[in-house]
Amino acid sequence: MNFADFVCFEAIIPELSSRDRDGVITELVTALDKAGKIGKGNCQKIARSVIRRENEASTGMGKGVAVPHVKHEAVKDVVAAIGQSSSGIDFRSLDKQPVFSVVLLLSPKDNPDRHLEAMEKVFRHLQQEKFRKFLRQARTVEQVKDLLIEADEKPFL
Amino acid sequence: MIRTGAEILEKIIIEAEMQIKNAEGVHMRPAMQFVDVSNRFKSKITVSNDKTIVDGKSIMQVSMLAAGYGTKLKVKAEGPDAKEAIDALRELVEVKMFGEPPPKGITG
Repeated sequence: MNFADFVCFEAIIPELSSRDRDGVITELVTALDKAGKIGKGNCQKIARSVIRRENEASTGMGKGVAVPHVKHEAVKDVVAAIGQSSSGIDFRSLDKQPVFSVVLLLSPKDNPDRHLEAMEKVFRHLQQEKFRKFLRQARTVEQVKDLLIEADEKPFL
Repeated sequence: MIRTGAEILEKIIIEAEMQIKNAEGVHMRPAMQFVDVSNRFKSKITVSNDKTIVDGKSIMQVSMLAAGYGTKLKVKAEGPDAKEAIDALRELVEVKMFGEPPPKGITG
C-alpha cells in the first residue's frame, strides 16, 4: 500500500494548535471529518475511541513519533491524518520523549488485513531516521505531501 | 583466539515457523507483546515473512510485518537462551494467540 492510497492530504496539519495528546487526536480526527472522510456526526465518537485506545497502551513508539489509531464501524476504508508539533507533545511514549510527528490512522472493523498493510507502510518509513527527520522538518502541507509521494517511490526512504 | 566452552554454547541458533491464528493478526498490541517477550531473552531474535526480515526486539520493525491471520512467520533466535526464547514466542503466538480470538467460525 502507498501513502497516497490512504493519507488524506487535506488532513495534513504542519503545525498543530493543540499542545496535549487528546487535543491533538481530536484536531486530527476533526481534519478528517472536514475532509469528508468519516461520515456525518461521527467525529466526537471516533476521537473518543482513539483516546480510549491510547489510554490502554501508548502508540508513542519512541523517536518522536506516535501512531494513534482505532478500528471503527463508521470508517469505510483506511484513512490517515498527519500532524506535526514543533514544541513536542507528551504522548506518554515508550522512551518518555516528546512526540513531534503524529500519524493518526482510522481503519474499518471488518478488514484487519487492510489495517495491517497501512501499519506496514507507516512503520516501514517511520523507522528510518532520514524519513523521521524530513517529516519533522517539513513545515508546509506541500512539503509533507512531497515527502510522502517521494517515499511511495523509494521504499527505503 | 581461544574460545571457552561458554562462548561456544552462545552460538545456539534455532529457527521455527509460527502461524498467526488470531483474527486481527499482528497489529500493534500483539507486536508489543511479541517485543516484550523477545526482550526477556539475551538471544538475538529476527522475524521474517516472505518480503522482510526484522528485529524481533523492535516495536516499529515488528509492526512492519503486516502479518495477518494465517501468515507463517519465520522466527530465528541466536544466543545462549535461543531455545527458551523460541518456546516462549511460540506459546505467545500459537497457543495464547496474543490473548485474542480466532476468526469467527474457527476454533483455536
